[in-house]
Amino acid sequence: MQLHYLTAHQLHDMLVSKQISAEELTRAVFDRIEQVEEKIRAYVTLTQEQALELARQVDKARLAGETLPLLAGIPVAIKDNMCTKGVRTTCASKILYNYIPPYNATVMERLNEARAVMLGKTNLDEFAMGSSCENSAFFTTCNPWDTNRVPGGSSGGSAAAVAAGEAILALGSDTGGSIRQPASFCGVVGMKPTYGAVSRYGLVAYASSLDQIGPFARDVTDCAMLLNVICGHDPLDSTSAPYDVPDYTAFLSGDIKGTKIGVPREYMGEGIDPAVKEVIQKAIDVYTGLGAIVEETTLPHSEYALPAYYLIAPAEASSNLARYDGVRYGYRAGEAEDLVNMFMQTRSEGFGAEVKRRIMLGTYALSAGYYDAYYNKALKVRTLIKDDFDRALEQYDLLLGPTAPVTAFKRGEKVDDPLQMYMVDICTLAVNLAGIPAISIPAGMVDNLPVGLQLIGRPFGEGDILRAAYAFEQNTDHHRKLPE
Amino acid sequence: MAHYEAVIGLEVHVELKTNTKIFCHSSTEFGADPNHHVCPVCLGLPGVLPVVNKKVVEYAVKAGLALNCQIAAFSKFDRKNYYYPDLPKNYQISQYDLPIAEHGHLEINVNGANKYIGITRVHMEEDAGKLVHQGTISTTPYSLVDYNRTGVPLIEIVSEPDMSSADEAVAYLEKLKAIIQYTGVSDCKMQEGSLRCDANISVRPVGQAELGTKAEIKNMNSFKALHKAVSYEIERQIEVLEDGERVVQETRTWDEARGETFSMRSKEEAHDYRYFPDPDLAPLVIDREWVNEIKASLPELPDERRDRFVKVYGLPEYDAMVLTGTRELADYYEQCVELYNNPKLVSNWVMGDLARMMNVSGQEIQDLRISPHQLAKMLELLDKGTISGKIAKTVFEEMFKTGKDPGKVVEEKGLVQISDAGLIDKVVEEVIAANPKSVEDYRAGKEKAIGFLVGQVMKSTKGKANPGLVNELLKEKLGK
Ligand SMILES: [Zn+2]
Repeated sequence: MQLHYLTAHQLHDMLVSKQISAEELTRAVFDRIEQVEEKIRAYVTLTQEQALELARQVDKARLAGETLPLLAGIPVAIKDNMCTKGVRTTCASKILYNYIPPYNATVMERLNEARAVMLGKTNLDEFAMGSSCENSAFFTTCNPWDTNRVPGGSSGGSAAAVAAGEAILALGSDTGGSIRQPASFCGVVGMKPTYGAVSRYGLVAYASSLDQIGPFARDVTDCAMLLNVICGHDPLDSTSAPYDVPDYTAFLSGDIKGTKIGVPREYMGEGIDPAVKEVIQKAIDVYTGLGAIVEETTLPHSEYALPAYYLIAPAEASSNLARYDGVRYGYRAGEAEDLVNMFMQTRSEGFGAEVKRRIMLGTYALSAGYYDAYYNKALKVRTLIKDDFDRALEQYDLLLGPTAPVTAFKRGEKVDDPLQMYMVDICTLAVNLAGIPAISIPAGMVDNLPVGLQLIGRPFGEGDILRAAYAFEQNTDHHRKLPE
Repeated sequence: MAHYEAVIGLEVHVELKTNTKIFCHSSTEFGADPNHHVCPVCLGLPGVLPVVNKKVVEYAVKAGLALNCQIAAFSKFDRKNYYYPDLPKNYQISQYDLPIAEHGHLEINVNGANKYIGITRVHMEEDAGKLVHQGTISTTPYSLVDYNRTGVPLIEIVSEPDMSSADEAVAYLEKLKAIIQYTGVSDCKMQEGSLRCDANISVRPVGQAELGTKAEIKNMNSFKALHKAVSYEIERQIEVLEDGERVVQETRTWDEARGETFSMRSKEEAHDYRYFPDPDLAPLVIDREWVNEIKASLPELPDERRDRFVKVYGLPEYDAMVLTGTRELADYYEQCVELYNNPKLVSNWVMGDLARMMNVSGQEIQDLRISPHQLAKMLELLDKGTISGKIAKTVFEEMFKTGKDPGKVVEEKGLVQISDAGLIDKVVEEVIAANPKSVEDYRAGKEKAIGFLVGQVMKSTKGKANPGLVNELLKEKLGK
């Protein structure tokens, strides 16, 4: 077995038993990157020298007899919207093409403490706005299962890297499905934690009330291990929750007898590819077979999630992205005759079409005379959607459905139709509006393309989700499938 | 013009005296090198998040309580969106519809009449940076930005439109400044910009219920400027109406040099700030008990202190008001009275010679070289007759300038009063001999002539002769 396709927990054991060194492992993954990156294009920036140096330090510490954290020496890819001190952080935007942060995001600090090894920064839809990675200002990342297809988005680079063996683990961010949907498309595990579980400090904001960082992994155990490292209160983030982080690997018992699982009928109805539905139905059968009680339930306001999301997220984005004006850092248009023109030209040349579309949408939604009709109404809808989930999760321990209504689509297929593109997120958006945790795990294939199963839990119920996800994984082998 | 009345409201920005900024740990120190007190958060770099400084909330609550406001149980921060290079995020974190404090008032006294001025609200916000132009803003080839002020905590205090003259506006701002200074949450230095004031002014015919169109006046950097600008603007608007024209709703800036307000173009007015709740900051839930603790920590405020001065020291209302105008002045006065128990005499000196000399030298109480202890000692010398009232003024002036003890000044300058009748007698003889005309006048019944003779004696003793004794001796010798 090649090292680059092993899991973090397997590699950890090998590192501890000195079967391999961290440097060897890092080199092996960079060899793999060299081998396939030309086809996949997962990375915006690679940090090989820095990675090898970190790996050598881990080896040295281990030789000196130090007991190291579980992720010590494990290669991790970072979505390029998390700030990395001294390493270019672009958000896949022309406007930040040359931006080097002077500080680390809190998740980076935590990974450093855990002595994980950063491989580089992965591609995304510009400022995390998109569902296919096609909105990257630099290039499009390809799906390792079929390079003519998209990896999903916006964390497409991280998902593709893990799927293609170009990373063992990765971090993504999820505002409306940006971790779960690419995890589904690329056949890996991806989790969006509860809003407030992981610090957003250093995550370049798209929509602050929805953004959440989460892990990509090749199995549920790895996902739990990475979650252990990144979760927890951060005094630098006022929206981060003060809570006792459990050891998430302790939930991986495999026993889900008696667990009550609700299947919202809205997630299995119109708009969902019948072949995808079939895969989900089989997953339901697996759960029933394991002694879970699976019943149909309802989230009646589901159809309003998409319009509410496309008012709230752009409204916040219009303000969050105002700071990119060419004054202090990043791209600045030359030749502008005065200040206002410098602002306008910089932003006009620096942002891509989708980012501009959302800035305009959000600016409009917040404008005098429209605020109540749009933004405020969207907030009320958001409350109704939260109430839907509260009610459903009072009755059920977990909710289950497809992560995405379709499998990975072809590149270019939806770029000219934003609404079609937005529809790809209909199963994931509402979870962000409600602020609750959800995971996508590999559940099967349709035409040799992966299908993701989404499990949704109660606030800070990551452990219950992982328990159910692990039980499924133990009784299936979808997660073992690898792209060619 | 008597048939118009003005309606004035003030918006006052006060910089809070916290050690660190409102949403980060950068220092608020004034006068550092440009861009010295900055960090990723106050520079608004990609990915940073604000965390509210609890001290700022405490100070805002304190100010709100001192202004008789109701403190909100639930308050939140909002984003005010507009583009300007001194604003690193291109939005300002402020408070929109749920400010920290509302519905307060303060009392002013103009020409002996008391009046309540309503306080609409007090809210917290972050300050912006400063643009440094090469020359003027319109001709500068480029501008530099200093972000030291960015994120310095401010409170904005909005009054009701309850004032109707420049005098009232100034009295309001003076009282507001005094109250805030008493609480200790701000220095309120207009020169350094820690107290800034904008005025909303409109006029209407007396008897008209509906308000006239208002103009907002900015850039008034002193109490004098406020008075002049408000007076000017009221007259300008009346003239506009008298000419049959309409007042334009706009922002106008006060030009101190020209003594006029002029329009900043109404383009500024078209601003839609697109306020919305800042999703990076959790709403503030204000604990009642905490508010009560802050309330208990409030010091005696100007009005209470004024009343106490009247009651305890028996001062006239006016003296008490002036002396309690700032916390420092009132403290100075009280320290003095504690050492020299003649409250009215101390008041006369503090409000008279001390105030006059401070005015001339431009010094504040905290800059003074003469201590309350020294002033008290000087008053004792006066009581003992060591120095005369006239000499006391000279001594005081010297003490004010040098900070020397009164005894030392008297000694160094040889200013001890001459009360030796023998010495004075000699001078009196000389003066009588040298001024036969005045002596004659006096003897002929011109009482006033003795004043001239006393003056001559004082002159030749360099003011040191005891004036009572001189008078006595002269009258004796001139046979009356
Ligand atoms: Zn700072």
